[in-house]
Amino acid sequence: MFQRIIQLLLKEFLQLRRDRSARFRLLIPPIVQMLLFGYAATFEVFNVATVMLDQDHTQESRALVDSFVHSSRFELVAVADDRRQVQAAVESSKAQLGIVVPPGFAELLRKGQSAPLQVLVDGTNSNTALIALGYAGQISGAFGQTYAQDLAQRTGRALGRPLVSVKLEERYWYNPNLNSRWFFVPGVIGTLTLITIVNLTAFAIVREREVGTLEQILVTPIRPVEFIIGKTLPFFFIGLLEVSIVTAVGMWWFRVPFEGNLLVLLFGTCLFLISVLAIGLLISTLCKTQQQAFASNFFILNPMFILSGFSFPIATMPQALQWITYVDPLRYFLIIIRATYLKGVGIDILWPQMATLAALGFGLFGVAILRFSKSLD
Amino acid sequence: MADSSPMQIVVDGLVKRFGAFTALDGISFGVAHGEIMGFLGPNGAGKSTLIRILCGLLRPSAGRALVAGIDVAGDPEAVRRRIGYMSQKFSLYGDLSVVENLRFFGGIYGVSEAEMPERLRFAVDMAGLTGREDALVATLAGGWKQRLALGAAILHRPAILFLDEPTSGVDPGSRRRFWNLIHALSEEGVSILVSTHYMDEAEYCHRIALINRGRLVALGTPLELKQHSLGGELLALEGERIGEAIAPLARAPGVRDVAMFGNALHVLVDQAALRLPALLALLAGSGIADGRGRRIDPSLEDSFVHLVAAKLPPTEVAS
Repeated sequence: MFQRIIQLLLKEFLQLRRDRSARFRLLIPPIVQMLLFGYAATFEVFNVATVMLDQDHTQESRALVDSFVHSSRFELVAVADDRRQVQAAVESSKAQLGIVVPPGFAELLRKGQSAPLQVLVDGTNSNTALIALGYAGQISGAFGQTYAQDLAQRTGRALGRPLVSVKLEERYWYNPNLNSRWFFVPGVIGTLTLITIVNLTAFAIVREREVGTLEQILVTPIRPVEFIIGKTLPFFFIGLLEVSIVTAVGMWWFRVPFEGNLLVLLFGTCLFLISVLAIGLLISTLCKTQQQAFASNFFILNPMFILSGFSFPIATMPQALQWITYVDPLRYFLIIIRATYLKGVGIDILWPQMATLAALGFGLFGVAILRFSKSLD
Repeated sequence: MADSSPMQIVVDGLVKRFGAFTALDGISFGVAHGEIMGFLGPNGAGKSTLIRILCGLLRPSAGRALVAGIDVAGDPEAVRRRIGYMSQKFSLYGDLSVVENLRFFGGIYGVSEAEMPERLRFAVDMAGLTGREDALVATLAGGWKQRLALGAAILHRPAILFLDEPTSGVDPGSRRRFWNLIHALSEEGVSILVSTHYMDEAEYCHRIALINRGRLVALGTPLELKQHSLGGELLALEGERIGEAIAPLARAPGVRDVAMFGNALHVLVDQAALRLPALLALLAGSGIADGRGRRIDPSLEDSFVHLVAAKLPPTEVAS
């Protein structure tokens, strides 16, 4: 039995050694994608293109405009002369945000009253719009508070109400600066591993089916289980290698702190890889050609990615979808990898995820083996 | 067990159904030690299905198949240790070298390390690839690939060899060399079961099983099939526009079957000498002025057409 598995392993590595493009596909895309995700995948909003309309033309209105411009969150792309120009700038996507200071803005402020400020937001990208609006609120709020304190001092508290406010003392644990890269980089490791290894496994088996070598192997005394082990084990090692490389890039290039125990992550990765290999194997039993495998991979991996909690919070999904996430191995692995990375927790905390992952992995593998044996008929 | 029976393969009432479709419908036959048994039949007749069942790749729906004395459905792994299999699809790894392919399949079959060098040399010699052991298989021409595949299939010295249309897509010279190898193996006592749709190849077999629509239509030596399966004597009629005479000939007394063979009509009659003059007269009467005819010895193709494909248009039989 071991002799036959070893023969398959040897053959698999021989083929891999000879296939330059496969080696390239193994190493380069994950690193490139890691770099892309590391740099491009961020929720933070800077340099929102902004158009200004100052209808007040006072020292106060100019000071407010300045505090927007100097915030680095907003970039002034145009100064409008009337409302129509503001609308045109947003409609043509020249600006995403329009700020209108209405006439009489300063007069109200000087009397110690609230002064309205109009903000128009292009809501097409709802996420950016919300965040930009939040910043606009912060900046105008700070401006108003400073102005009120200043006015109160100058008028001996006759004007400008003394402000009573509750100040939040915020402490963000595990990611004190809410750096979204810290959130994404560990997630990318899981996602990339899923995509690469499912693809490799599915294609490797479907290729043998397509070429006819699968049939030739199956008339030898080899058992389906032996074939499956010999065929998936190489990709298990490749998966581990890939996780190591991408993790190294995350730690040393992006400087995402690794707080936990590498062995815990390794153990979680092994459990995750079992599920991943099983999914690749399952896809290969459903497909006769590599083209079908390509289409199926896309159909299966994309939902797994969306439902994993990689970027969209599972808690806000409709209940039916939340149920589906329970069978998504990536969901559990993301929890494990983020927790070991950022929180530094160990198996004592993560055992429920690990146990679920193991159950999912062996369950999926069992189904895959059954299906594989049946697919021969 | 294997030695107590003179037959290496015993097939008894084998049935295979795929859903509502019956691919094999109660097939029975036996193959002796060292016998070359040819399966002849049109595409889709069930030849490949039968071979795949005997190799343990498919489970029979009913009936029994003993290979080397072992029930295939009961212990397919034990059967697979004793058989070699080569399919119409080329099935070695193109990105591995000649010797890497052989070593891999040898290893899977459990050829011992001590025996491996000798078996590798044997297979390489047999394929005529001495000196090209390190060539990638993808770079070999069809005939070499096919002989190499045969070499890989017999590395473990199987007692029984299954060949599923092994020579499709191979040039005639390579086909002849291939059949020489098959006969050499048969002389060593290997039983060989080969499917083909080449008539000339079927003549190389010791016995032929004609299969059509999942049924065994005829079984015998090529000579027996040719002489007895027709149930009459054969006339070849030639002439301009001879095809137009098919319908009137078929209605003529003593005529059992009429089929187009190239430019001639082969007419099966009860007694050739008795019927020929009347048929020639009928040709003349049908406006075929230069009609001529003679008695011929039936070929395997005649038997095939008569037994299997009588209802099919002639083009589907010629291959």
